[in-house]
Amino acid sequence: MEFEAVIGLEVHAQLLTESKIFTPSSARFGGDPNTQTDPVVLGLPGVLPVLNRRAVDFAMKMALATNSRITPLNTFARKHYFYPDLPKGYQISQFDLPLCTGGYIEIDLEEGGRKKIGLTRIHMEEDAGKSIHDANLAGEDTLVDLNRSGVPLIEIVSEPDIRSAREAYQYLSELKQIVTYLEICDGNMEEGSLRCDANISIRPVGESAFGVKTEVKNMNSFRNVERAINYEIERQTRMVLDGERIVQETLLWDANAGVARTMRSKEEAHDYRYFPEPDLLPLEISTAWIEEVRATLPELPRARRERLAKQYGIPEYDAEVLCATRDLADYYEEAAKHCGDPKLVSNWIMSDVLRILNEQKIDIGTFSISPQRLAGLINLILDDTISSKIAKAVFEDMLTSPEEARAIVEAKGLVQISDSGELEALIDQILADNPNQVEQFRSGKDKLFGFFVGQVMKATSGQANPQMVNDILRKKL
Amino acid sequence: MSITIDQVAHVAKLAKLAFDEKDQEKMTRELGAILTYVDKLGELDTTGVEPMSHTSEVTNVMREDRVGTSLPREVALKNAPDAQDGYFKVPKVIK
Repeated sequence: MEFEAVIGLEVHAQLLTESKIFTPSSARFGGDPNTQTDPVVLGLPGVLPVLNRRAVDFAMKMALATNSRITPLNTFARKHYFYPDLPKGYQISQFDLPLCTGGYIEIDLEEGGRKKIGLTRIHMEEDAGKSIHDANLAGEDTLVDLNRSGVPLIEIVSEPDIRSAREAYQYLSELKQIVTYLEICDGNMEEGSLRCDANISIRPVGESAFGVKTEVKNMNSFRNVERAINYEIERQTRMVLDGERIVQETLLWDANAGVARTMRSKEEAHDYRYFPEPDLLPLEISTAWIEEVRATLPELPRARRERLAKQYGIPEYDAEVLCATRDLADYYEEAAKHCGDPKLVSNWIMSDVLRILNEQKIDIGTFSISPQRLAGLINLILDDTISSKIAKAVFEDMLTSPEEARAIVEAKGLVQISDSGELEALIDQILADNPNQVEQFRSGKDKLFGFFVGQVMKATSGQANPQMVNDILRKKL
Repeated sequence: MSITIDQVAHVAKLAKLAFDEKDQEKMTRELGAILTYVDKLGELDTTGVEPMSHTSEVTNVMREDRVGTSLPREVALKNAPDAQDGYFKVPKVIK
């Protein structure tokens, strides 16, 4: 029997506000433990939450970027559960009137074509604190840091439209790209600013009813989301084939062991007793406010990829790589603007620039060669001032020098020798110095052509115009 | 509307409250009476009336995104029964 997977993802994204969602203490990541708290964060009696306007603006950006319907009247709700990193005993979230519903995110399928993954809802809520169970730090106890408590989150809940681990990966990548383009979340799964839980079930192909689902948590990288989902699909398939019943439960992914372990069964499942948060007044979102936020939306990743491919005539693959981040796409466009060959700019960024970023572990924002300088270098290749090979060496120099490519080329005397008289004289000399090779070549040993080119390059420190060298050699041999 | 003793036990468990059997029966009786009383509201015809979450008509009370002062850590930890290395310390909550 053939099975298909039915997957829905719940993604939490931390919003990049300065302060927390309901109180002014700092929302910055990575401070010393418990240095970013206040009475609201600590859940002390008698305090009142006040909503951060920018958190709502950011959440609305995501709603608009995913074509969602924004709810005109939002309310907040209390979600109750007991855990040491939740001092109030409830999390302020949204329940029956969330920020928005009915959007979608489009993904590219590996087999070609696209697919819309529906979004059930996006709502705003506060993050909880951080519990540390690591025995090296906490010993026999659990330590709690409340710096994260109250950091604004949006939870993006997808419809069960995802059919494979690969699609889940694509969806998550697209989602990350959208939030980073919007500059509302840094999208770092390892640091937990983007977190993902997966609801997974399987059913025979052709069946329309859903199977029993399990929820997998604790997948802290894109790669682990894919691995964990594949693991769970295989586990469920094996159980069904063995005639076992799948039970509804929550599993924790253990990346080191490569397995998902039971965390709690349905019997212990939480009953959150939601009710309207009496301390926060309803939030009315007017059309005017929506339009104000819409006006601040940047070009979104998919639109930008399509535009770059079309406008600069570069392959879709190039456009995808270059649009990985907004800054890289900006860099490319700036360089392409100053250079006559957009495809050559793309090649240089994809091979040389990205290699250096990778080696130096830096972002394009702190890369030492500006797009204008890179364009200047490439223009020297285009107007035959230097060969591509020399350009690679100049590029290396530019990494540690503020000079323009042209200045480096001139200072080092690297200008390509394109003087045919000079090259002819040199080649005559080389042919005269190597009579044996000339004879062998003329009697059919074609491979020796490379030997002569090599000799010319050696004699000119690589500065001879390669096309001219080829032409002259062919003529003379 | 009445409430069963099982429902009382369930809600008590969720709220981390412990009742002996006698108190559970008492709670069931008293909560049942309260619910029956509130149930009277159900007699009203509320067709076409939007559910109300707040009695005030005020909406959109917000603050600007500016960082204020945080509590000094020693103050934040002052009421904690136990602390270590700047963290709140609690009994282990995960195996």
